[in-house]
Amino acid sequence: MATSVERRVEPVVRRRFLPTIDVQGIGFAATLASICLLIIILMGIFAPLIATHDPILMDPTQRLKPASNAFLLGTDAYGRDLFSRIVYGARISLIVGVGAAIISVAIGLPLGLLAGFFRILDAILMRIMDGLMAIPSILLAIAVVSLAGASLWTVLVAITIPEIPRVVRLVRSVVLSAREEPYVEAAIAVGSSLPKVMWRHLVPNTLAPLIVQGTYICASAILIEAILSFLGAGVGTETPSWGNIMSEGRVYFQLKPSLIFWPGLVLSICILSINLLGDTARDLLDPRLKQRGGEK
Amino acid sequence: MSEPIVEQSVPVLRIEDLTVETSGARPAPILNGISLEIGGGETVCLVGESGSGKSVTSLATMGLLPKSALAVCQGHVLLEGEDLLRASAARLKELRATRMSMIFQEPMTALNPVLTVGYQIEEVLQAHSNLSSLEQRQLVMEMMEHVHLPDVKRIHGSYPHQLSGGQRQRIMIAMALILRPKLLIADEPTTALDVTTQRQILKLIRELQSELGTSVLFITHDMGVVADIADRVCVMHNGRIVEEGSTNAILRTPRQDYTRDLLTAVPALTPREPRNETSREAILEIVDLVKIYSTKSLFKPRRETVAAEKVNLMLRRGRTLGIVGESGSGKSTVARCAMRLIEPTSGSIRVGGQEISNLSRSALHPYRKRIQMIFQDPNRSLNPRLTVGESITEGPVNYGLSKSDAIAKAKELLELVGLPADAIDRHPHQFSGGQRQRIAIARALAMEPDVLVADEAVSALDVSVQAQVLDLLDDLQERFKVAILFITHDLRVAAQICDDVAVMQNGRVIEYGPAERVLQYPQQEYTRELLDAAPGKGWDFPNFRPLPANTPTGSFNQ
Amino acid sequence: MFGYFLRRILAAIPVMAVVALFVFLLLRLTPGDPAAIIAGDMATPEQLERIRVTLGLHQPIHVQFITWVQRLLSGDFGVSLLSNKPVTTLISQRLEPTISLALLTIFLTIIISVPMGVLAAWRHGSWIDNMVMSASVLGFSIPVFVIGYILIQIFALNLGLLPVQGFTSISKGVVPFLERAILPALTLASIYIALIARMTRAAMLDVLGEDYVRTARAKGLDEKIVLFRHALRNAAVPILTVIGTGFALMISGVVVTESVFNIPGLGRLTVDAILARDYPVIQGLILFTSGIYVLINLLIDLSYAFLDPRIRY
Repeated sequence: MATSVERRVEPVVRRRFLPTIDVQGIGFAATLASICLLIIILMGIFAPLIATHDPILMDPTQRLKPASNAFLLGTDAYGRDLFSRIVYGARISLIVGVGAAIISVAIGLPLGLLAGFFRILDAILMRIMDGLMAIPSILLAIAVVSLAGASLWTVLVAITIPEIPRVVRLVRSVVLSAREEPYVEAAIAVGSSLPKVMWRHLVPNTLAPLIVQGTYICASAILIEAILSFLGAGVGTETPSWGNIMSEGRVYFQLKPSLIFWPGLVLSICILSINLLGDTARDLLDPRLKQRGGEK
Repeated sequence: MSEPIVEQSVPVLRIEDLTVETSGARPAPILNGISLEIGGGETVCLVGESGSGKSVTSLATMGLLPKSALAVCQGHVLLEGEDLLRASAARLKELRATRMSMIFQEPMTALNPVLTVGYQIEEVLQAHSNLSSLEQRQLVMEMMEHVHLPDVKRIHGSYPHQLSGGQRQRIMIAMALILRPKLLIADEPTTALDVTTQRQILKLIRELQSELGTSVLFITHDMGVVADIADRVCVMHNGRIVEEGSTNAILRTPRQDYTRDLLTAVPALTPREPRNETSREAILEIVDLVKIYSTKSLFKPRRETVAAEKVNLMLRRGRTLGIVGESGSGKSTVARCAMRLIEPTSGSIRVGGQEISNLSRSALHPYRKRIQMIFQDPNRSLNPRLTVGESITEGPVNYGLSKSDAIAKAKELLELVGLPADAIDRHPHQFSGGQRQRIAIARALAMEPDVLVADEAVSALDVSVQAQVLDLLDDLQERFKVAILFITHDLRVAAQICDDVAVMQNGRVIEYGPAERVLQYPQQEYTRELLDAAPGKGWDFPNFRPLPANTPTGSFNQ
Repeated sequence: MFGYFLRRILAAIPVMAVVALFVFLLLRLTPGDPAAIIAGDMATPEQLERIRVTLGLHQPIHVQFITWVQRLLSGDFGVSLLSNKPVTTLISQRLEPTISLALLTIFLTIIISVPMGVLAAWRHGSWIDNMVMSASVLGFSIPVFVIGYILIQIFALNLGLLPVQGFTSISKGVVPFLERAILPALTLASIYIALIARMTRAAMLDVLGEDYVRTARAKGLDEKIVLFRHALRNAAVPILTVIGTGFALMISGVVVTESVFNIPGLGRLTVDAILARDYPVIQGLILFTSGIYVLINLLIDLSYAFLDPRIRY
């Protein structure tokens, strides 16, 4: 009897009956979001080819022109082509978004792993993170930019700092719950070293939530960059960024709303697309939903 | 066993051809047209293994199926002749608690943690009666006394987390029966409880039932509980009722193979013949082991919990030592200290004569492989992201075996535990619970340990699978002469596999000796109580007969 | 319960200490001469010297920190480089519009988002749920100032129902106050509503799957009672937590909204300080808002004791 093989597949008892996800619905939104995002990315990469004018060339004779064949979306108060400025603006937003996501994960992941595994470090690290979380991220970014001067690099640092505590907390909480898993104890019992246990059994658990968190950070970084530029604390005013365009357009808002409307629209679509992809990733990677897949 | 009072009028509950499927694009059947009937004052047990559909039957009756996941396709559920499947939502709401009630497996999660238990019972009266709040309170207090809760005033204002498991289940029963419903559905109500508590709760249900004339649909996986409580039994398997009959008939003369298998798989309470002593070598010695958990806090008095107190145990090569006890007795603490998964407060642990309790992490490394563990829940003890091969070879590779040798060894071990060698490239979720536990055993054996620590290693498994895994362990022990420290709450399992038994209570070993002596002629009151509380102890299930009445431990119904 | 309170209160102290240390180090660790950074490129030597004296930059760094903290504790947040007024005065002058706007926003947020979330969770997977989730993704994605301008365009310019910008104190009457405050409050609330509706939905979904909700239904209770008495009470802790942490989000929104709607509050003070590189004011604002944030979260932590008996005992 001991060698008899159980061929029968035991139906897994589901403690909670999870509703089936509407794959079709998610598929549509996610597809649309991917297409929008792809367009924006291509726009950024091939900006010199797509733009019809030099985005920083001022022409006092062409101030605040309406949309026409020459100027697809019209011109701003300095006679610069709005369309070309928006095309170039994608570069700043994408660099800031992707950069902030990568840097904050690269710093937050090791810190979170350490905090999750070593109690003493945990106490100290989490106090520091709590403190950082208490500072409203815009104010923190403003302080950094106003001290270190406006540049893309400063803005990136300023936006990344407040995101790090969120990554650290996330990784830490995943590690704390994963290390209670019997398979981690089993790994310790078969003599695996601490780094091996972390790398093989804990880090993979953080991957899925980090991908999701990374997309959210990307979206929020783009948003904050736009706000900083809007407030005059962003990348230098000479750089065309969506926030800068809107900031300069404020004065003429009642006269020419399109100066805020177009960059605002592109910005919103960009952030919306990233957020939707994040939601989709979360639904797909949700461990509870994943278990359902494993049942088959 | 008292005679059932069967009335010949309309049955209290009658289920006809009930079919339930999963909802969604590809419906899969969960219940395939089941029919059953419960008369007035009768207790009918639905017994079956996990996934047989017993809980779905009960939820469908109450109208509590999760709508997004499961849907009733056809059939009738008649409560005193009224079809519940066709009743309006408002009517169902009216019937719940007044005509039919339900109690659940986990009394901790089934009670709302942020409301007092007294209030939660009162809610039933608020919803279904016009009593004044004073009368409500009065009635709740009475009902709480009725279910034999002590210090009713205090408990009335308590929150669930302040009560014990047994008390919580009594609250659930009080809540279910306060309006004297005709039907009580009890879904594994004692599975999460210790045996002694289980016995009291079963007794209470029986007592209230005869007093109030309630009919009970009792769902359980445990044949012992069936023997103790049921008038009639329905055996479920894969969404069908495969056999039905009076308890006596089912236990004595089962007609279906499936029922016979279920009964044969229940381990007997009589201890096994001890294995021949092949060696006097003490492979694991635990001396004066103490484990104290203390919570340090600036503003709270320092709280100390003694999880293990001066525990002394000794295990010889090729033998099995069982540690039995109820939850919180400290049995797992001892096992985990022996594994050095937690640090003992004091005392010594010797593996093959080597003291390991005070070794540093790196000094411990060479001794780790000599003592290996099998965990309770095979779903969680294997990393779902790793293949079976990666899990099994992790240990040997840590101790210097080459990757290819480790894989060859893993394949051998898989065949040894009864799995095909090609299982090595698959992931844990592709296996059943029993198969996963076999993989976990292979992983432990890959280290060529002297001692295996099995912490409730078969508790999460269905009884038929449990029997196979126990046989496998027995087989492997014979072959490798490995010593096993077997932690279990189940005396039947202990009786089947252990040569020696230590009974633990509140962190202490209160009785320790050969299984034969401890389980048949217990010296301690507590051991006797444990044995006495084992459900169905009057029956010898594998041989389809009651045990002779003169067993030394007495009988349940007295 | 007293022990719990005391522990929470004491736990807030290191958080504030970290904030103070961070703000202090920010200026000192930025490459370059702090005085020159603050004064800008056009500063005269006299101006630089004056800044060095005000900030005590001559002293060793730990002495600087101690004197700085001592001053903070005695209520001295420094002096604005621009107007020479004490930072505390500047902040207290601008406090009223911001606080009245924030309170209105929180009120709007809670009465809109919590029912939205509860409904979405209750009708999980239905069109209501989809609507709520879509609205919340939108709220997250459209920048606050864009929402502000859209609202101005529609309600003030196109429909002419409300004034475009400005602020009227509530002391001059509730209606005039609301007329000017409702658009900025809605603007500010958009992201907050998105956040809390989402969280409410998630927390309610978790709770609705719990056994005790099944028990409540098995007792034949009304669905309203099941939802609000049994489910929402248990979901309250995570929801409140997000209301607390989301407060930081609102402070960020205030800065933008006030400049869109031309409201003379703390946000405008921030923007003016940025443009003038008035570092003492920025520093004071960070310390002040962080302090408020910590205080609010402390109050929320304390309220758990009333919501969850497991914390109380």
